[in-house]
Amino acid sequence: MMHASLVIEADELTRRFGDFTAVDGISFSVRKGEIFGFLGPNGSGKTTTIRMVLGLLRPTSGRVMVLGQDAARDAVALRRRLGYMSQRFSLYPELTVSENLRFFARAYGVTGQRFKARQEAVLRMTELIGHEAQLTATLSGGWKQRLALAAALLHEPEILFLDEPTAGVDPVSRRAFWGLLYGLAASGTTIFVTTHYMDEAEHCHRLAFIYEGRITVQGAPAELRRHQLGAQVLEVDCLNPEQAVVVLRRAVAKGDLIVQEVNLHGSFVRLLVPEVAAAATSVERLLGASGIQVIRLEQVEASLEDVFVSLVRRQRER
Amino acid sequence: MTLPIETDGASRRFGKTVAVDSLSLRVDEGETLGLVGPDGAGKTTVLRLLAGVLAPTAGRVSVAGFDTRRQAERIRPWVGYMPQRFSLYGDLTVAENLDFFASIFGVSRGSRVRLFDQLLELTGLREFRDRRAAHLSGGMQKKLGLACTLVHQPKILLLDEPTTGVDPVSRREFWDMLSGLRVQGLTLVVATPYMDEAERCTSVGLVYQGRLIVHDTPERIRGMVTGEVVEVRPVADTAAPGASLRRAQELVGRLEGVLELQSYGETLHVIVDSAARRMPEISQALARSGLGVEGLRQTRPGLEEAFISLVRRQIAPRDARSEGEAVLRGGCGQ
Repeated sequence: MMHASLVIEADELTRRFGDFTAVDGISFSVRKGEIFGFLGPNGSGKTTTIRMVLGLLRPTSGRVMVLGQDAARDAVALRRRLGYMSQRFSLYPELTVSENLRFFARAYGVTGQRFKARQEAVLRMTELIGHEAQLTATLSGGWKQRLALAAALLHEPEILFLDEPTAGVDPVSRRAFWGLLYGLAASGTTIFVTTHYMDEAEHCHRLAFIYEGRITVQGAPAELRRHQLGAQVLEVDCLNPEQAVVVLRRAVAKGDLIVQEVNLHGSFVRLLVPEVAAAATSVERLLGASGIQVIRLEQVEASLEDVFVSLVRRQRER
Repeated sequence: MTLPIETDGASRRFGKTVAVDSLSLRVDEGETLGLVGPDGAGKTTVLRLLAGVLAPTAGRVSVAGFDTRRQAERIRPWVGYMPQRFSLYGDLTVAENLDFFASIFGVSRGSRVRLFDQLLELTGLREFRDRRAAHLSGGMQKKLGLACTLVHQPKILLLDEPTTGVDPVSRREFWDMLSGLRVQGLTLVVATPYMDEAERCTSVGLVYQGRLIVHDTPERIRGMVTGEVVEVRPVADTAAPGASLRRAQELVGRLEGVLELQSYGETLHVIVDSAARRMPEISQALARSGLGVEGLRQTRPGLEEAFISLVRRQIAPRDARSEGEAVLRGGCGQ
């Protein structure tokens, strides 16, 4: 079987700061042309890992190979092959679109004819052509974000690192932006996204979830949703859901109902249960006994957030 | 009966900018309203109008039955407002912060012990009561902000992006707390940039360019999407990430009745005129070309799909070609 070439290979990567182990023997790999999502709550070791991948921090043990080179040893040589999309706020608002691009190009040594050609290419791709002379401050959020992407692509990086790239952008622009990223990935650029937003995670080909310095799971979003929850989700549509939650929680406290979680979810009650069929019967009986009419009971698909929250909780209980 | 919140053609201008444009909104008692929209859409201004910290430049805002312009002081006991940057005192402990806000709101000393106990229980902060606010994690600071907003036991709670920058676990815990408040009968208005949070509300208001373009239950808003959604999961090619999906996209895109395609990693959402009619056709087209399919099913549209559908309809009548296209491509300019 053929395998796509691996552009990042982390092998037992560990980093300690004094007594504290920020990253604890993690291994993962990223394939060429993949959109890889690296997820984790704040303080989970996400940033420390990225800094090692970018060659800004030496691992205490283990190593990470990037584009076939050791990230720690060959950091300087690798720098020009990697791109980093800064948060859109780091663009200079008082410069024009074109001036911002020139500024970033210089930092990466893209000058002269090459700059001209590259500027043209990135403006075309991000559909910013015609806006070269516009002041960056007057661009809306979605367009600032495109400009930041254009700036990060001037030196034709082979791997592009993005940190929460679509936070705070409207859904229409957000969708268009992912379209651009899919296009880049299709033409062979590898995209490494760090985020804790589930809607960004859903757009990735594959995800790794890091918690307390360790990678707990890896896989495609659909796969994680189906196999990693360790529970099923039951949605209950009933009259007076607020009262229903009180009734069901009381039953849980008394041991009459076994569930991991009971919560209001919009106008429904949502339960994480070991097995839907058995739980549905109990729920219907309990609510019926309290005079709460059940309209519908249905198994629904778990969200990525369900998966990650339950992984963290399981980890904490250990 | 007096509605907790009622506004009538309320607008707010800042110089030439219309931040909120003729807002007519009614919120029922016990409702949890999620205000969704991108940065700069006007969500914060709406909340500030409702909190009475900002007066409308036109129209009327009534909260707990009082006009915010003329009776702002009478609204205060009823409303808890948590701005996006809630000013906690970093040098004070959790308990001291609660005490400070209690004294501002004139909560009697006698009732504080029991009240604080309840608030610490609700927010899960009991074991941190003696920790300085500055030393709490971001998620815990938000929870403390919520507790401080609740010291005077308001009936209406206005929260401005309370979970922005908070990790998924704290975010889930925060929403569990809001569910608890809903069970107690509070009326909530929560501004959020996240569609998945809107799903947790009893009603959703979509704010776009200063206007409330829809206010309805999440289920009904989902129903406003043009067409139905079919989810296709082609067997992923480990050698070439995304390749199977692109192939499926090409094949399905040519079929009749397909309105739109959306990629989510290795999953494809196909918006069609009729799922029942098009699913077999999609399945056949993929089978004919030898592309393996792991999953094919109808799924309910997300709120994001609905939002996009509604925004498109909103801009279409005015100028479908120029402005419409600009917004669809990201809306250049403020």
